Amino acid sequence: MTTPEVAGLAPELAGAKEGQGEKPVLSAGERFTSYDVEAFEVPGGREENWRFTPLRRLHGLHDGSAALDGRAPVTVPAAEGVTVETVGRDDARIGEGGTPADRVAAQAWSAFPEATVVTLDGTPAPLTITVEGPGAGSTAAGHLQLRTTPFAEATVVLEHRGSGVLADNLEVVLADSSRLTLVVTEEWADDAVHVSAQHLSVGRDATLKVVAVSLGGDLVRVSPTVTYRAPGGDVDLVGLGYADAGQHLEQRLLVDHAVPHCKSNVLYKNALQGRAGTTDAHTVWIGDVLIQAAAENTETFEFNRNLVLTEHARADSVPNLEIETGEIVSAGHASATGRFDDEQLFYLQSRGIPQDQARRLVVRAFFGEILQRIPTHGAGALPALRERLDAAIEAELAVTGV
Amino acid sequence: MSTLEIKDLHASVSTDDGPKPILRGVDLTVKAGETHAIMGPNGSGKSTLAYAIAGHPKYEITSGQVLLDGEDVLGMTVDERARAGLFLAMQYPVEVPGVSMANFLRSAATAIRGEAPKLRTWVKEVKGAMSDLGISEEFADRSVNEGFSGGEKKRHEVLQLALLNPKIAILDETDSGLDVDALRVVSEGVNRYRSPENGMLLITHYTRILQHITPDFVHVFAGGRVVESGGPELADDLEKNGYERFVREAAAAS
Ligand SMILES: Nc1ncnc2c1ncn2[C@@H]1O[C@H](COP(=O)(O)OP(=O)(O)OP(=O)(O)O)[C@@H](O)[C@H]1O
Ligand SMILES: [Mg+2]
Repeated sequence: MTTPEVAGLAPELAGAKEGQGEKPVLSAGERFTSYDVEAFEVPGGREENWRFTPLRRLHGLHDGSAALDGRAPVTVPAAEGVTVETVGRDDARIGEGGTPADRVAAQAWSAFPEATVVTLDGTPAPLTITVEGPGAGSTAAGHLQLRTTPFAEATVVLEHRGSGVLADNLEVVLADSSRLTLVVTEEWADDAVHVSAQHLSVGRDATLKVVAVSLGGDLVRVSPTVTYRAPGGDVDLVGLGYADAGQHLEQRLLVDHAVPHCKSNVLYKNALQGRAGTTDAHTVWIGDVLIQAAAENTETFEFNRNLVLTEHARADSVPNLEIETGEIVSAGHASATGRFDDEQLFYLQSRGIPQDQARRLVVRAFFGEILQRIPTHGAGALPALRERLDAAIEAELAVTGV
Repeated sequence: MSTLEIKDLHASVSTDDGPKPILRGVDLTVKAGETHAIMGPNGSGKSTLAYAIAGHPKYEITSGQVLLDGEDVLGMTVDERARAGLFLAMQYPVEVPGVSMANFLRSAATAIRGEAPKLRTWVKEVKGAMSDLGISEEFADRSVNEGFSGGEKKRHEVLQLALLNPKIAILDETDSGLDVDALRVVSEGVNRYRSPENGMLLITHYTRILQHITPDFVHVFAGGRVVESGGPELADDLEKNGYERFVREAAAAS
């Protein structure tokens, strides 16, 4: 398996840390899961699942001390082909996407006051759903389910903004032969904490493309789990994170190939810029991919790249690929963490481009590979979003003047 | 009228075993309107001289001076040197994935000219310069040098030379890796750049490019310094007799 070239990394780091993962990957079914928060032990911080997460910054989401009495309003504009319902946890559809696999997800499930179910039918125009934090000092639990009908083709932007602490579950249930492009942005205020479990359930011949953008917040931990209900599923998960001084951005993925003839492609890129005298900028990427014995003819690739822009920054990256069948089309994984490539900067500067601008060109190029997945023309075009994210990254770059 | 003065320049390259001295007292003056060819054997330090003048971070100046119109070049950052009017066409141009050639050229031109070129005239200017060098338009959308062949990279170095129009250009083996037709096209590009206002330092191994670009002066480089200077006839001498004599003399002198 060859490793594709990626922008913005020193060449000696290309393909660094390749190889098999360090621990066995549990399938979505083998993991302990429950809707009941009390079924989970309170994490102490040593657990594999929690070892990178600063628990004391979770405002009690993990140990039952969070009041969870705030409200995190979900706004869905009315549109053709879009049905919005507010339901209780007894609705038969709730839980179709998956079951919580950690205590905070179960806490959110046990505590959410109401769930929003958004059904996408036919070919609706691009839809923007906004989740607003409960406000500074407040904690809330949320639940959102996105579902498609067979053969639906939709583009959804799910924006998270505001202040406060939110634990939630996002279920995405793709009907057979439907296609969904989902852009999830974390554009929180500086104080916000978001711990989110994503349950992505893919039907026969369905296609899911997710672009995850993590920019704001004090601590954002997103755990997507992909399961395939039938053959022919095709999932593309790409993400970018930009961690500033003091920020903790964590992405924990499990792609569980349990049925044949499915594809998954994972590409996450993070940039980090820290500052002396405060908590390090920190990103965590865990990429678990499991190809079960039954999952013949699987195609999968996962890739994490981290660009460390300054001192006082730490990127943890753990790719785990476990293959239980010999009958796969292709499988590969890689991870690398590096600094700027001096030769690239020299070349740009030797053409008169000032150093800060040269660095920006390289960082923009680094993220360009992710952002270009957000279409700017055609049916599901999101030109305004793309512009806003470009500008947000510019603003991040301006923070330390890298 | 610009002048680049290199005075008793000593430089080391940083290696895993510490600094390794390469340049051992280079003296050379290039004036506007002049073309100087530097010829020398592999490993004699020609690229080191070029990189040292451009300010590559791997090379440390241990003593000596480089002045552009009397200004201290060595005190400038890499980009300041470029904006002061120096240009280095590199022997091995660097790939910058994800940055389009179009974006790169415009950023560079904006930096060098001090203001963003007017879009309409700029597009025309770039297209014209690309077509002069036989570069097809699709290259504008490709990442800088990424996946370019050796010859394509060299054409793009000369494209930048044409668009940035520096006071003094240093061309490090811009001729190597070019087939006969490409050599002609690239040489024509270099000759278009030459003018009474511009000076040039042309580093090369081979005399074949000197049949297209006639130098005013030829310098032999060996052992990290200029060991002999003369007119174009010196190139013919090197063509016939090789570097053998100079290498021996340089070795004896150091
Ligand atoms: N990073 C490095 N580590 C060790 N030695 C180096 C390094 N860079 C350059 N050198 C050495 O410095 C000397 C001069 O190299 P330089 O590239 O300047 O030569 P050159 O005259 O341009 O050669 P060529 O004709 O092959 O291009 C060589 O002996 C080379 O091996
Ligand atoms: Mg050389």
